[in-house]
Amino acid sequence: MAKVNLQDVRKVYPNGHEALVPCSFDIPDGELVVLVGPSGCGKSTLLRMIAGLEEITEGQLTIGDRVVNHVDPADRNIAMVFQNYALYPHMTVAQNMGYGLKNRGLPKPEIDQKVRDAADMLDLTEYLNRRPNQLSGGQRQRVAMGRAIVRSPDLFLFDEPLSNLDAKLRNQMRIEIRALQRRFNTTSVYVTHDQVEAMTMADRIIVLNKGQIEQIGTPSQIYGSPASTFVASFMGAPPMNLLSGSVGDGVQIDGGIAVSGPSPQGHTGPVTIGIRPEDVEPSEAGVLPFEVSIIEELGAQRLLHGEIGGQSFSVAVPKDQNAETGTMKLALKPGAVHFFHNENGRRI
Amino acid sequence: MAGRKALGHRTHDGEGTDHVKRSAFKNPWLPILLLVPQLSIIAVFFYWPAGYAVQTSFFLQDPFGFGSTYVGLENYTDLATSTNYLDALKFTAVFTTVVTFFSLGIALLLAVKADKVIRGARSYRTLLMWVYAVAPPVAGLMGVMLFDQSRGNLTQLLQSFGWDFTLGVSYWDTAFAMMTVSVWKQIPVNFIFFLSGLQAIPNSVREAALIDNKSSMGRFWDVTFPLLAPTGFFLLIINITYALFDTFGIIDTIVKGEPGNNPMTLVYRVFVDGFRGGDLGGSSAQSVVLMILVLILTVVQFRLLERRIHYT
Repeated sequence: MAKVNLQDVRKVYPNGHEALVPCSFDIPDGELVVLVGPSGCGKSTLLRMIAGLEEITEGQLTIGDRVVNHVDPADRNIAMVFQNYALYPHMTVAQNMGYGLKNRGLPKPEIDQKVRDAADMLDLTEYLNRRPNQLSGGQRQRVAMGRAIVRSPDLFLFDEPLSNLDAKLRNQMRIEIRALQRRFNTTSVYVTHDQVEAMTMADRIIVLNKGQIEQIGTPSQIYGSPASTFVASFMGAPPMNLLSGSVGDGVQIDGGIAVSGPSPQGHTGPVTIGIRPEDVEPSEAGVLPFEVSIIEELGAQRLLHGEIGGQSFSVAVPKDQNAETGTMKLALKPGAVHFFHNENGRRI
Repeated sequence: MAGRKALGHRTHDGEGTDHVKRSAFKNPWLPILLLVPQLSIIAVFFYWPAGYAVQTSFFLQDPFGFGSTYVGLENYTDLATSTNYLDALKFTAVFTTVVTFFSLGIALLLAVKADKVIRGARSYRTLLMWVYAVAPPVAGLMGVMLFDQSRGNLTQLLQSFGWDFTLGVSYWDTAFAMMTVSVWKQIPVNFIFFLSGLQAIPNSVREAALIDNKSSMGRFWDVTFPLLAPTGFFLLIINITYALFDTFGIIDTIVKGEPGNNPMTLVYRVFVDGFRGGDLGGSSAQSVVLMILVLILTVVQFRLLERRIHYT
């Protein structure tokens, strides 16, 4: 177990592409941090630098109290779970799990014991003598987890480990991984592009975009007060509605629709107004005229898609509330309105 | 030759993707029609001569072509007692082992190194593959020139190490030249296969090994090498067949004129005894022995190796 510290870590590829602008953060001992962002945002590069599979161009990486910039991946005492499992196809499940321990020179009985314990925990005991190609996707994922666990590493690294599984299995493995991580209390870095995975698993989320950290925070911080329009629209499904408007004498959405509530401090002129779909509700007393064109049934709730003043807008209503296409009035719940800078997208 | 071709095809299918498409033909004659060219080539150039060789091997030919006498298995029993033939058999075994081992070994080494090259990888690989385009007799001729007793560059090089190299005079010097040229000629083919085999190993598996094992030699023997095994076994068969049969052109150029005391492989012996010595019966018997050898090789490949080395 160890804490991880990144100090101005930067990545520039030989072709000059800057995959990661200098970034710094700490991961406290035992915490699961999720790196989330769209593809190409640098999240995998960051993880691979922590693993030692990718050179660190600048900056300093510390695991525990060792600077590991130039330490071999095998000597960093980490374990990594890959997207496509990366099991050794010619080895049995037991050999796959024990390979790292064998190379550390552990005596065979000890390796066997550790492998058996891990297999027990992961329901893999009866498969120990099988080859990976005789296992299902979920079982392979478990073997990959097992290979990570037996090493009792300082740090778990997960590189989109669930994206090759089907939706049902993914939900199940998500819970299992979280449970295992809690049980061993091992510091973990988890990379995903799936914001649901990020929200459900993380102690803290780091949102990356174009090689830059957009926001670091707990899931509720990220969801409740996104630091930028990027975070606002990336985290949450359906995403936050972003409307262009202005602040002058009160807040107005383009088209002269007044928005009740507080206006941002010390900012006037054009602004981006963010409203989460579940933070408004249809009401006769509402102030926002909403033109509903499509209704999406999700079971637990309904999504109403339409326009406010010519800008697209979505509203989530509970399943017991009737909805029809046509015009309706929307009322804002308290604290529903977020303000972002209209140019750089930062939160105001 | 045709037998070798079929062998190559089979392995390649088994080695690559296993998605064999089964398409149904509506007209049962169409597939037969499509197969006729291939089958007739095999029949005319392989089955017919092979059958003829089996037949001839039971006869003793008149040297002037006036007829032949049935001698039963005498041609075969003669082979078993002929010191010349047994020498060729021994030499073939040594030759095949050495050529296969070194052409595979050097090619693997080059492929592993080439796989790590990032800058200029393409031109580096092309340069390594060029030798493949050299025809065996040309390669043989180059060998003769390089190992030439008075002017050969390699002879001079070896002389500077104190090795008085005499091509065509000393048995093992000639053998050395044959093996060197044969190995050199075969490396590019092996290199291409090994390189593509290496590149077929998923990156993530290598990276997992990087985290699991600190030693790069350890990673090679524990992970890379076993995953190359399917390619390796395929190449092993191809190389054994190459050393046995396809080195004819090289050997012919090197020992041309004086096959007398020089080393010879079984295939070259068939040619020398049959077409130089006029002993068609005896050389047919040798061909039949060779055919059986190839048959055993093929069976071994089909039954044993292919089954043992499939992972994915």
